[in-house]
Amino acid sequence: MHLTSLALSHFRSHKAVRLTLDGRPVAIHGPNGSGKTNLLEAVSLLSPGRGLRRAAADDLARRPETLGWRVVADLAGAGAAHEIELRAEPGASRAVRIDGKAAAQVALGRLVPMLWLVPAMDRLWIEGAEGRRRFLDRMTLSFVPDHGAATLAYERAMRERNRLLRDEVRDPAWYRALERQMAEAGAAIDAGRAEAVARVAAAQDAGGAAFPAADLEIVAGGGSRGSGPADLAVALAEGRGRDLAAGRTLTGPHRDDLAAAYRAKGMAAAQCSTGEQKALLISLILANARALGGAPILLLDEVSAHLDPDRRTALYDAICGLGVQAFLTGTEAALFAGLEGRAEMLAVSEGPDGSSIGAG
Amino acid sequence: MSADRLEELIALMARLPGLGPRSARRAVLHLIKKRGQLMAPLAQALAEVAASARDCVVCGNVGTQDRCEICADPRRATGEICVVEDVADLWAMERAGVFKGRYHVLGGTLSALDAVGPEDLRIPQLIARLGEEEVTEVILALGATLDGQTTGHYIADEIAAAGVAVSSLAQGVPVGGELDYLDDGTITAALKARKRL
Repeated sequence: MHLTSLALSHFRSHKAVRLTLDGRPVAIHGPNGSGKTNLLEAVSLLSPGRGLRRAAADDLARRPETLGWRVVADLAGAGAAHEIELRAEPGASRAVRIDGKAAAQVALGRLVPMLWLVPAMDRLWIEGAEGRRRFLDRMTLSFVPDHGAATLAYERAMRERNRLLRDEVRDPAWYRALERQMAEAGAAIDAGRAEAVARVAAAQDAGGAAFPAADLEIVAGGGSRGSGPADLAVALAEGRGRDLAAGRTLTGPHRDDLAAAYRAKGMAAAQCSTGEQKALLISLILANARALGGAPILLLDEVSAHLDPDRRTALYDAICGLGVQAFLTGTEAALFAGLEGRAEMLAVSEGPDGSSIGAG
Repeated sequence: MSADRLEELIALMARLPGLGPRSARRAVLHLIKKRGQLMAPLAQALAEVAASARDCVVCGNVGTQDRCEICADPRRATGEICVVEDVADLWAMERAGVFKGRYHVLGGTLSALDAVGPEDLRIPQLIARLGEEEVTEVILALGATLDGQTTGHYIADEIAAAGVAVSSLAQGVPVGGELDYLDDGTITAALKARKRL
């Protein structure tokens, strides 16, 4: 699947933009603050969740008008075509329409898998587990479209359980009733994540050595536990006392972490150099795209600038070889040397009336 | 009659489910035009029901006696109790006309976030009934929502000791429904609950 058109209206710095795309990678260049990442963010919202900046619907509206915003995209590929419309009125949440019909956000996950790498993820291996968990979940969602629904079901039941814990309710039957549902959804989350890690690992092995291979492992949060719903239910029941003291749930997939090691050096990702850490992430995203057979859309924000020319060429060759539609940003056109003819070039600049886009 | 009283009546009607200010105005105008055939009998029926309506002391259904018609009917003592969230659900079951047993209306579902606990629902009364009546099966007819399912699991857990069979309504393909129009969750549930032919 790839985007054939993208129209933005009053979205961040873009007042009115209409792009027609042919499925090749898209290289976007322009000065800082011209609105390159905003384009990527609009694309990222075509996937379940709050996009690559995790922004609230109101923050996406162009200022100072704050009239609300609208993103319309056409997707094509694999014998199917879909139109997605996203919009939010001021103060309201985001509404999704697929092919003219109102749809739930999780339904977007079934249309096109999407993966991204943004500068905020440069410290992914060093900072807290939340970012890595989000990275793992995005990977999982690309393979298992129902992962979003399982996560929602799990979180809903957990919110109820956390409320019981905070209110110091001690009714074991009430806990058991919620824990059964958490266990069922949690086991689906565990299975999805395990499948994603296995498939990415397999695709890395086949992928060659332009980017370093990583060994991935899911580390269970709050102590190890078995993999089925029954095991998770037992772990939750056993943790109740500790959870009551903490006022929240300390065991379960919401506490899991993703560990990665630079395979050739046998070194944990957090101990690698900044450049190596970035290369590991790119390697994982490429492996993920490979495992999906070229179906996903990749959003690579400011990735090229941090790579030496050899690695940059390797990245472009890998993207073109996979045949995926990758959206790349960079401050200068020169960063995309080697992509000419193989990608669509767009130049973004900041004008008096917001961002404007021309052929680069 | 002052116009104020009329406005008051319209405002009251507008508070009914399904009616807004405009439709309430239309309904009141219609009633006034048909005050002989419709308004007077309606007012009388409302006054009578208002005076006699009460919750059934056994099951929580609404009726005009201490025991509702279903609980008072000895033919419905089949040993089966169908647990529903609300009287509206009881009426839905009765419309289908297939269930011959008795009901138990909970008056809501468990929800920690909305501060609805077991003591706010008629769960203790249900457990008491298991000892008082000859109950062989409890059928949980609750919504397929997080709160509905939590309540179902909770009740099943609470009455496990009573040695009564507990079942729940099946989830899946609606009668006359086409698979093409079903959401993925329903299809998953239907497949899980498939039966041998």
